[in-house]
Amino acid sequence: MSATLAAVLQILALVAALALSVPLLGRHLARVYTSPRHLRAESAAYRALKVDPEADQHWRAYAMSVLGFSLVGILFLFAFGRLQSLLPLDGGFDPLPSDGAWNTAVSFVTNTNWQWYSGEAATGHLIQMAGLAVQNFVSAAVGLSVAAAFARGLARTRNQGRIGNFWVDLVRTTLRVLLPVAFLIAIVLVAAGAVQNLHPVHEMTTLTGGSQALTGGPVASQEAIKELGTNGGGFYNVNSAHPFENPNPFTNLLEIWAILVLPFSMAWAFGLIVKDRRQGGAVLATMAVLLTVGVTLLTWAEMAGHGTAPQLAGAAMEGKETRFGEAATALFAAATTGTSTGAVNGMHESLTAPGGGVALFGMMLGEIAPGGVGSGLYGMLMLAVVTVFLCGLMVGRTPEYLGKKVSRHEMVLVAVYILTTPILVLVGAAIALTAPAGLAGLSTDGPHGLSEALYAVTSAANNNGSAFAGITSGTPFWNTLLGLLMLLGRFVPMVVVLALAGRFASANRLPDNAGTLPTHRPLFVGLLTGVALVVVGLTFVPALMLGPIVESLS
Amino acid sequence: MTQTPVRNPAEHAEHHTHVDAAPSVLTARQIAEAVPGALRKLDPRRLVATPVMLVVEIGAAATTVMSVLDPSVMGWLVTVWLWLTVVFGALAESVAEGRGKAQAASLRALQTETTARRLHGGLGGTQEVVASTDLRAGDVVVVEAGERIPGDGDVIEGVASVDESAVTGESAPVIRESGGDRSAVTGGTLVLSDRIVVRITADPGHSFVDRMIALVEGSERQRTPNEIALNVLLTSLTVIFVVVCGSLYYLAGYSGAHQSWLVLTALLVCLIPTTIGALLSAIGIAGMDRLVRRNVLAMSGRAVEAAGDVDVLLLDKTGTITYGNRQAYEIVPVTGVTLTGAENAAVLASLSDQTPEGRSILTLVGRSMGGPAEATMVEFSATTRMSGVDSPGLSVRKGASSAVAAWVRDHGGQVPPETAEIVAEIAKSGGTPLVVAEKRNSDPARVLGVVHLKDVVKDGIRERFDELRAMGIKTVMITGDNAATAAAIAEQAGVDDVLAEATPEDKLALIRREQRGGRMVAMCGDGTNDAPALAQADVGVAMNTGTTAAKEAGNMVDLDSDPTKLIDVVEIGKQLLITRGALTTFSVANDVAKYFAILPAMFVTAFPALDVLNVMRLSSPESAIVSAVVFNALIIVALIPLALRGVRYRPASASALLRRNLLLYGVGGLIVPFVGIKLLDLVISLIPGL
Repeated sequence: MSATLAAVLQILALVAALALSVPLLGRHLARVYTSPRHLRAESAAYRALKVDPEADQHWRAYAMSVLGFSLVGILFLFAFGRLQSLLPLDGGFDPLPSDGAWNTAVSFVTNTNWQWYSGEAATGHLIQMAGLAVQNFVSAAVGLSVAAAFARGLARTRNQGRIGNFWVDLVRTTLRVLLPVAFLIAIVLVAAGAVQNLHPVHEMTTLTGGSQALTGGPVASQEAIKELGTNGGGFYNVNSAHPFENPNPFTNLLEIWAILVLPFSMAWAFGLIVKDRRQGGAVLATMAVLLTVGVTLLTWAEMAGHGTAPQLAGAAMEGKETRFGEAATALFAAATTGTSTGAVNGMHESLTAPGGGVALFGMMLGEIAPGGVGSGLYGMLMLAVVTVFLCGLMVGRTPEYLGKKVSRHEMVLVAVYILTTPILVLVGAAIALTAPAGLAGLSTDGPHGLSEALYAVTSAANNNGSAFAGITSGTPFWNTLLGLLMLLGRFVPMVVVLALAGRFASANRLPDNAGTLPTHRPLFVGLLTGVALVVVGLTFVPALMLGPIVESLS
Repeated sequence: MTQTPVRNPAEHAEHHTHVDAAPSVLTARQIAEAVPGALRKLDPRRLVATPVMLVVEIGAAATTVMSVLDPSVMGWLVTVWLWLTVVFGALAESVAEGRGKAQAASLRALQTETTARRLHGGLGGTQEVVASTDLRAGDVVVVEAGERIPGDGDVIEGVASVDESAVTGESAPVIRESGGDRSAVTGGTLVLSDRIVVRITADPGHSFVDRMIALVEGSERQRTPNEIALNVLLTSLTVIFVVVCGSLYYLAGYSGAHQSWLVLTALLVCLIPTTIGALLSAIGIAGMDRLVRRNVLAMSGRAVEAAGDVDVLLLDKTGTITYGNRQAYEIVPVTGVTLTGAENAAVLASLSDQTPEGRSILTLVGRSMGGPAEATMVEFSATTRMSGVDSPGLSVRKGASSAVAAWVRDHGGQVPPETAEIVAEIAKSGGTPLVVAEKRNSDPARVLGVVHLKDVVKDGIRERFDELRAMGIKTVMITGDNAATAAAIAEQAGVDDVLAEATPEDKLALIRREQRGGRMVAMCGDGTNDAPALAQADVGVAMNTGTTAAKEAGNMVDLDSDPTKLIDVVEIGKQLLITRGALTTFSVANDVAKYFAILPAMFVTAFPALDVLNVMRLSSPESAIVSAVVFNALIIVALIPLALRGVRYRPASASALLRRNLLLYGVGGLIVPFVGIKLLDLVISLIPGL
């Protein structure tokens, strides 16, 4: 089987799997976020949390709940990291340094899962399971909850800014969606050969007589939620390139599916929540178009190779998951940067220059193709509001989206959302490339060094978590900077999204007619794609010019 | 405003005009007159409202300092063109305002101080002569033929013909009388005949003319909600590009491709949406101005914007949908009577009838005839409800069916049952039946036929409603007619809905109902009883002939009192919004080409490989940057006429409009700067020392 055929077949298999699962999961999600009934386990959880599940929260209360819950998560993880050595199952590792503990705490709570450390060489089983894995679940649940609240805000009319109950959303997402689906994935992963145990490190002698330390652990269970929740924090440093995390081509495809399925399903659920399936379809189609462009460009860049060595080898093989081929790495890379996952099965440092550029651009898009769980949907909807504003005027009406007028207040909120990550990325990059402590972390200088730094700040500010592996980021400078970027890049947009949800929920819903801009037609999908590419392109092209573009052309 | 041609309403509907270009969009003289105003607008305190242009001005000031400290040909070229960019932006606004100034001047002429005869102690009090500026609301004045009315007010006694041409442009005098819906008079207008007593309703400085002057001059202009929202978007784009250019200094420094702040400032000004930023307020002023040219005064820009969003149009039947008078449509003879016989009788009966209905019978039949000898004309009266002619041996009557039937029976005749059938059929079709009967010599009187009077729907109005439907606008016909008649007219005119036997309360209830469903409603009205509905509607156009109460309640006043204008108002509102959207899209799309011009130029020295991105093959980095800056400034001037005139607008569905404008201004915006910058580069590269 030729490499190209294999590349095409695995993409077809992925598309088929998604086409089957997304409508099912989408419908399930829509029910989860609109149903008035509680499961018994959930009612018990509300009693334990002392919350009233029937309370319909104002967006401010919802936002305070999100922030409060996340703050507690950060403090808990920080303490966990600092006190690791005092707790059982510590694997004999030292406590994390304070800057490292801060970075890791923020990283996992913000669904970024940037790892400055090597998982198998710094964190024990307990913190992996009770600290990091827990955040893998709840940080994903927080993202999905905010997106659901936004969808409800658009669906409601004259509701005095009330957008639902955060605690209900959180508990339901975890119990009804993430746990069962992750459990299934974990079982399949174990069956396919991924590791799942609590054993200490195995010392063994290799065939050549050398000695090797094999670290086992609760890998498969971590792996499942790592992909499903678009977290990306690997049990091992090399992440999904490790055979214990990702044993064979089937698991590779399964993991890619797991990365993509929830973000796409959430778009489907959005259509159902706002009671217009076509709107969800349009959002989903835009995500799919952008992802297709990313996969195509990345696969082409990696398979065509560039320079003498790759051409001799037939493709750019350095840093690739050689077991599955460079196309599988390319697909994984596009999926992981198109979502906010950041799991990798190859080293993005070694992507060809244009390939690395595509991965970077995928993150710069704000991760909307199809984006992180929840964040992909609300990111895309924010761009939809911008698109409606630009194009709505051209049909001779003041702009509206799904019957909600977009006027000054709405525009201010959208502007803050659109401004946050570009400012974080560009200011972060400027600081990193000027401060000596920042430059010290780069493995090289020139355009590739710029790409490394740009990739790191982009990854952090967009809550992706993947890295150009060349960078040494476990220093106080990088840990602090990236921690700040992750924190602001997650919660400023979230608060803005909730505020907008509140405004939309309070507003009247205007009926649509022949004079309203249709937001479900192919033309709008094209426009939304175009606006995303142009707005992001205009923001980041100068920076990309000095990194990947120069590299590609040289 | 006397120079504004006033169109006859009927002719207006026939010609089926669309929002058309304003005359003489931009002349050299207009520009020259606008320059001083433009320079005053460069005050940074005034530019704070448009952050985009403020950034350009700060950039221009910064490059000036840089060029003084470190002079270079390129530095000075960039500096000069950045200043020109700011000036062009201010010029656009100034030109737009200038167009209103001429109109304001002619209105000011009305305000020459006159004296007034105030009645001390109200009606029946003693007269005292005071200056018109001393009049306060509530004062009562007497005005006689040949005098100017000293202030806005309502006629409380008498009737007079008044020349209002100075305000409305309409040369025919109008009747103003106490009570009813024609009681409002405007200060400065001339009483031609008779004597009226007027109660002043406005304090000096707050009169209708004062407000008109403020409106056309734009001095009262407040930014509209959508304009503010768009400004937020433009500001956020500006902030992004400030961060992009600022961070680029450090990124480029790291890459060994150090950039001067001069070049980065040039890049910044090229990237921020200067085109729409510069033209935004001009577009708003021009939109109001387009209404003024149609003799419609909008009390706020907000109303113009709302007009673009209207979902439901409430249209009065009379004057808007029909010509307003019934006309003979056909004459139906009863069995045993020839058509000619019935027609002759109808003509005879109408000879003395001077009403439009009566005259229309003569027009329909197409022949006149001399009346019989010694004829006595019988005039129509409200009690007899008949008109006709009596002569020796022949009497003819024409009138309401019950009245004529009584006359026939009184004169020994029989009314055939067929008559009632014809009458019922005509009534059902929305027409008015007039029965014609005659009595010859000593024969019994007999019915000859029935004249079908029809409310004639204006030519072209149906097509206009079809267009409105395509735009997603629902039309509702308001009429005092009964349901059957109303339905028939509605069917002919093609309106979507009908409110028959409408009372002012019904209108108000209808508006509230539509608004609860989230729809925006526009209507026009003139009477005092229309005032609540006018106030409730999102767009309320009051007729100038209407009462003060109506004019106060509405947010627009139509000086021509032509209810059809409501449709024009909607189109102008849409055109205003489309112009804004089109220029914003154009402005953003332009940036793509500017990147291709400037970025390779900036970095090609450090990274020669980037030369392949210099797709325009610009001659040198310096020339490329200057060309982009010059293009950026000139495109503002090039688009001023478009901003003032508004983009071409034809009613169509949202999808069709979007596709067309996207192609024109989105794709056009991508291509135009590539061509423009390349052409400029060919010239600019010739400048020595660059």
